[in-house]
Amino acid sequence: MGSKQTVFTQEQLEAYQDCTFFTRKEIMRLFYRYQDLAPQLVPLDYTSCPAVKVPYELIGSMPELKDNPFRQRIAQVFSEDGDGHMTLDNFLDMFSVMSEMAPRDLKAYYAFKIYDFNDDDYICAWDLEQTVTRLTRGELSAEEVGLVCEKVLDEADGDHDGRLSLEDFQNMILRAPDFLSTFHIRI
Amino acid sequence: MWTVVMAQPLTLVLDVPETPGDQDPELSPYEESEVHDSFHQLIQEQSRWVAEEGLELQQVAGNLGALASGHQILLGAEGGPVYSTATLNILASMPSRTIGRSRGAIISQYYNRTVRMRRRSSRPPLGPVMCSARPSLRLYDLELDPAALQEEEKRSLLVKELQGLSAAQRDHMLRGMPLSLQEKRFLREKSRIPRGKQRGQQGCGRVFYCSRLRYTCALALHSLGLALLTRLHALKPWRYALKQIGGLFGSSVLSYFLFLKTLLAFNALLLLPLVAFLVAVQAAFPPEAHPVPRCTGLELLTGGGCFTHTVMYYGYYRNTMLNTPCSSPQCSPGAGSLPYNMPVAYLFTVGATFFITCITLVYSMSHSFGESYRVGSTKGVHAITVFCSWDYKVTQKWASRLQRDNIRTQLKELLAEWRLRRSPQSVCGRLRQVTVLALVWLLCLGVALGCAVAVLTFSEVTIQSPAAAGREAGLLVLPVVVCLLNLAAPYLFRGLATLEQHDSPVLEVYLAVCRNLILKMAILGVLCYHWLGRRVATLQDQCWEDFVGQELYRFLVMDFIFALLDSLFGELVWRLISERRLRRRKPEFDIARNVLDLIYGQTLTWLGVLFSPLLPAVQILRLLILFQVKKASLMANCQAPRRPWLASHMSTVFLTLLCFPAFLGAAIFLCYAVWQVKPSDTCGPFRSLDRMYEAGTVWKRHLEQGSPGAPWLSWLHWYLVENTFFLFLVSALLLAVIYLNIQVVKGQRKVICLLKEQIRNEGEDKIFLINRLHSVYERKERSRAGRAAEVATPALVPDAGDK
Repeated sequence: MGSKQTVFTQEQLEAYQDCTFFTRKEIMRLFYRYQDLAPQLVPLDYTSCPAVKVPYELIGSMPELKDNPFRQRIAQVFSEDGDGHMTLDNFLDMFSVMSEMAPRDLKAYYAFKIYDFNDDDYICAWDLEQTVTRLTRGELSAEEVGLVCEKVLDEADGDHDGRLSLEDFQNMILRAPDFLSTFHIRI
Repeated sequence: MWTVVMAQPLTLVLDVPETPGDQDPELSPYEESEVHDSFHQLIQEQSRWVAEEGLELQQVAGNLGALASGHQILLGAEGGPVYSTATLNILASMPSRTIGRSRGAIISQYYNRTVRMRRRSSRPPLGPVMCSARPSLRLYDLELDPAALQEEEKRSLLVKELQGLSAAQRDHMLRGMPLSLQEKRFLREKSRIPRGKQRGQQGCGRVFYCSRLRYTCALALHSLGLALLTRLHALKPWRYALKQIGGLFGSSVLSYFLFLKTLLAFNALLLLPLVAFLVAVQAAFPPEAHPVPRCTGLELLTGGGCFTHTVMYYGYYRNTMLNTPCSSPQCSPGAGSLPYNMPVAYLFTVGATFFITCITLVYSMSHSFGESYRVGSTKGVHAITVFCSWDYKVTQKWASRLQRDNIRTQLKELLAEWRLRRSPQSVCGRLRQVTVLALVWLLCLGVALGCAVAVLTFSEVTIQSPAAAGREAGLLVLPVVVCLLNLAAPYLFRGLATLEQHDSPVLEVYLAVCRNLILKMAILGVLCYHWLGRRVATLQDQCWEDFVGQELYRFLVMDFIFALLDSLFGELVWRLISERRLRRRKPEFDIARNVLDLIYGQTLTWLGVLFSPLLPAVQILRLLILFQVKKASLMANCQAPRRPWLASHMSTVFLTLLCFPAFLGAAIFLCYAVWQVKPSDTCGPFRSLDRMYEAGTVWKRHLEQGSPGAPWLSWLHWYLVENTFFLFLVSALLLAVIYLNIQVVKGQRKVICLLKEQIRNEGEDKIFLINRLHSVYERKERSRAGRAAEVATPALVPDAGDK
């Protein structure tokens, strides 16, 4: 069904369909969005699985991401080497996790990695400060930022070791029914 | 002579790097297992050593005391515990911390999960697997195994397990794994088995085959249902428009438009059976022709005129059997032999559509409630604000800036509230607040009562004054008055609400919604009394059902026109004024008022379905136009509300309001009309009966006479409908179930508190253990250094002795 396309082989398209939350049509649409970011770089034929990475600057200039204060972290988390340059697989993965059909735990896992700025698998006080500063455009005073971080650790840190682990984060997400609707990018 | 007391040489396996530059956060599974082994061994050695050298402990007890106190938690500058690098490395490689971290850990976790799924004898759950996604130490036996496997072997184990699952289950598992897409594709490719082998692998044993067959059937049905749903989602009307609105204004304004879409679905559900069973059938067999007046433009507003004797209203429907083979030559030949009992069809179709709507409403309400309510969800508001309030859908620069401002304001308000709570308000201030609140409530209730009385007197006036049949426009006066009251009173409520000061913006919104709701329900109640009480009495010899149907049509259309005017004047003109003269920001989009208007319109539709089967079509048209108009007005004139809403709670509240006052009221109205009011004698499908429901009893009697061997029908009718014992039983069961659920939730809250306490205790235990291990390790280090020094000095003495 659908028009004949020459970008992917049938197996590739089926594999993408089975491993992401997108349908065939949506995958093609996403591919053309990816291709539009760097038309000279991205070939129109992916049957031979070319190793092409779109640099972060172009990814960060997408309309869905360009006004997001966490766009750099999002790109870093989903890219292969953690530097923000994404292949097509990374691109599809990113939008699949951020789509509305992804389950809560999958989103919570990636949200944890996004907010962990120093990549040490814990959200420590420094990570929290970074998050709050980016959220408020630096308009809260340092004292207020510190106060907010302290209260967050108070509320969410279950074993009181001074930082949030993945379990603490997931516990907190369970109590926030809005998470599924806010951690969602429409494309 | 000298004796050297040498302790056993200790072989220390643990080699924890102390230099800070050596911290490698991404430990590979090799190192993890090594650390586990060596850690385990270290504990055993140390405990053995401590047990053997028990005497030494007493001697150095004094020193130890000093040491132990020195190793209490060193509080850093921020007040949190400060650990040495060695401790941090050990902490980081604890089993509960390595779950979900490295790829190997994820793979082994999912391997365990698929093993459990396959071992289960019953059918595995098809829906989203909630609790098993939480990482748990109990599943983690693969990592603690001393012969721990390499990542390659783990992957092959997982692949083997995935091969044993069905395709849909495997896909479901793969999609939910937090691995990269490349890894998932690799796993999928490896776990696909060719068709021939698959058939050979399945089905040894009859019993196994039967359960597999049943499971396959259920899975096929489930995938069919999912496929239907995805097709419906793919239809997705207004996908781009909703994306635009969400991007510019955020989730809270989007919830209004999503609610509009839901109402559209409900109306389509309502319309389909009505068109199929009533309108289409009656249109195929029209009754004797009435003199139809000429169509002027006015009937679009009044619903009368040339609309009167059409399928649109109750009066058109016949009260006989349609499609009967008739004897007179005027009958159309070629009619089918299946007679269609119109009165029974009318009654049952309207009843069935209401029943289906009720079930759908209650199901969506409970589903939405389950999604949005969590036990203990009011705590942790700071964490939730920081992590869950940034809406990733927002795409425009100025919208993003607005969102940042909103979050900053919210955080500032939370901090201010916390500071305020530390200094509680004085009794005088609190008393003042309560009095103001009570006063405002009294005023609002008074306004609502006044509006209701006004509508009542006005409706009496319209009955008393003879409205001649020619003056169709005179019929529009009552709807216009009601719409004006509905428009003006909310502004009055908003003005009164500025007198009271609330700390919580959500409370303000709920209060506004309550007051508007009370007003609308009061007015609707008065109107229902007016129609079923007074109009029926005065229109005894005419077709009062047609009149009521036309009234409801008029109300719908007038409400629509006023909504358009309100968008035009309330938002456009206000924006022009506020920009030019007052230099203030654009007006906010008032979500509560707009949603209540939608609910009001839907209530009118439900009230009118019995008297005008095509009214849902009018409502669908109304909603389609309203979507476009509201969207255009929003884009041009409004801005997002300054105080952010909890969008998920709001949609639950909207659905609850739709179900409880609105649908329930309409259902009560319908029941009263069917059970208590005498239908008119001159028109409609129930014209010869005393009450509308008698059509059902007449048909039942007819069936009994026709086939006397059906006593179950009368038995059913007697025990379920006439006898009230059944209803009492059902209500009692329902109340018992509700009570049990409330008790379960209370118990869950208690359990959560206990578990939190336990986690905190475990954390303290962990800190204690670390400190003890530190002290033991340090002591061992020191004694080893001491013994090395002792070994060095006696080495010189034997040389001297030998000489």
